[in-house]
Amino acid sequence: MSSGGSFTDLLQFIFMGLQRGSIYAMVAMGFNMIYNSTGIINLAQGEFVVLGGLMMVSLTMSANISLPLAFVITVFFVTIVGILMERFTINPVKPPTVMRLIIITVAVSILLKGSAMCFWGKESHYMKHFSGTEPFEIMGATILPQTLWIFGILIIIVAAFIYFFNFTMTGKSMRACSINRDAARLAGINDRKMVMLSFALSAGIGAIAGIIVTPIIQMDYSRGALLGIKGFGAAVVGGLGNSIGAVVAGLLVGILEALGGGYISSHYMDAFALLILLIVLFIRPSGIFGSREASRLKEF
Amino acid sequence: MLLSVENLSVSYGKIRALQGINFNIDEGEIVSIIGANGAGKSTTLRAISRMVPVEPGTKMIYQDQDLLTYTADKVVSRLGISHVPEGRRLFGNLTVMENLQLATFARKDRDKIQADLKRVFEIFPRLDERREQKSGTLSGGEQQMLAIGRAFMSGRKIMLLDEPSMGLAPLLMLNVFEALKEINREDATTILLVEQNARLALQFARRGYVLESGNLVLEGSSNELLENPEVKKAYLGG
Repeated sequence: MSSGGSFTDLLQFIFMGLQRGSIYAMVAMGFNMIYNSTGIINLAQGEFVVLGGLMMVSLTMSANISLPLAFVITVFFVTIVGILMERFTINPVKPPTVMRLIIITVAVSILLKGSAMCFWGKESHYMKHFSGTEPFEIMGATILPQTLWIFGILIIIVAAFIYFFNFTMTGKSMRACSINRDAARLAGINDRKMVMLSFALSAGIGAIAGIIVTPIIQMDYSRGALLGIKGFGAAVVGGLGNSIGAVVAGLLVGILEALGGGYISSHYMDAFALLILLIVLFIRPSGIFGSREASRLKEF
Repeated sequence: MLLSVENLSVSYGKIRALQGINFNIDEGEIVSIIGANGAGKSTTLRAISRMVPVEPGTKMIYQDQDLLTYTADKVVSRLGISHVPEGRRLFGNLTVMENLQLATFARKDRDKIQADLKRVFEIFPRLDERREQKSGTLSGGEQQMLAIGRAFMSGRKIMLLDEPSMGLAPLLMLNVFEALKEINREDATTILLVEQNARLALQFARRGYVLESGNLVLEGSSNELLENPEVKKAYLGG
């Protein structure tokens, strides 16, 4: 029990929740992207986040590369990992049944986790905050500059998403593939290329999430699973496949988790997200923002 | 010859849907394949557009190119074979305009797209009025028009139509077929049509084939088929 439930405490928990939630939102967007193009859940999603974080640590802390450049290199590298994953483990599978593909993503996640452990070891890696650790004060509650970076980048990503999927031909083609893959092929859209693109984007967004969160949580090789599960929770709560729903749900899961951790028990903080996931699955399996009809049409 | 199909066989698991059929289409023709439900009509079109795998021994030549070396999306974008599937398969969440634009995604002749778009709206003024409407909210007839419009936009040389009359009121049906005739005549588009509505199909096409349980059992000019006693009995209601 924390000191008394004052407004300042509440605000502090909400800031913390929003910060955690932003990361879940990004992971959930990554899940959705691949889900929409293939109908599968990519269980290696959390590994993209870990890879992004660890690679950024090496580039900035060991190789002393400037932040912006390291950012670009890291996102590029992890995106390539996503593309290779699709080309070598997803694309060749025939016939590509949902269950088979999901099991493959489990294998890839184990492979990536193992590789990360060999390369970066088992210890946590510290990374400098983007612009110092001098916190701002808002109505008594404090907020780290890094947290503002996280909010800002989430907003940019969401805006880029909306633009991409609504105003570019490639984005619309990806949507067309997720609405009806056969019809998309009949319209001359290369559906396999769209699947590859979804893995690339999803890995890229995972890498970004890893990069911006690492200064706060300190990354180690084993973090992927928990980040992945919470992001998955956000994706389900938001309605699988619904990206705006995922962002709202991600923030919501983060806030509820922080409130639960603050007011009930900080030991069980990680359990709250899973509890929310279970409750939503019991009451409304299609998610808060998902339509029941749409979820019936999906294979998963 | 624009398209020649030899020994086309398709199996779904143990079921042979097409048992080695042969047919061909010349440039500029309208050809119909008529047959009952389950005879293999849709499968024939899906085989041409490479949506279903074919059995070994199948030969499909389109403009001296081996169709079997192309994937489904390339059949549309490289060869200009456009397929209007049964049930239309529109992108329901997207607008009329977006549906039409998506069909041009892989086109190389970008300068012709605007003219084609104008032409689609000329043929189907109803679509022009509903440009910004979500395609899922269109009426059945309008959806069929959009499906044809989308095929038109993908740079068609030949259009494969799967039961375009299905679910349409008689008057609307005639509208759609008039539009198809115009596309065939004015826009140099060859048409291969499969229909359960045999009378309509044979009145519309110059010649036709009759498909029965995966075999082509008859072929001839539409007039011959319309006069054929067996066709009359089985497909034209006596």
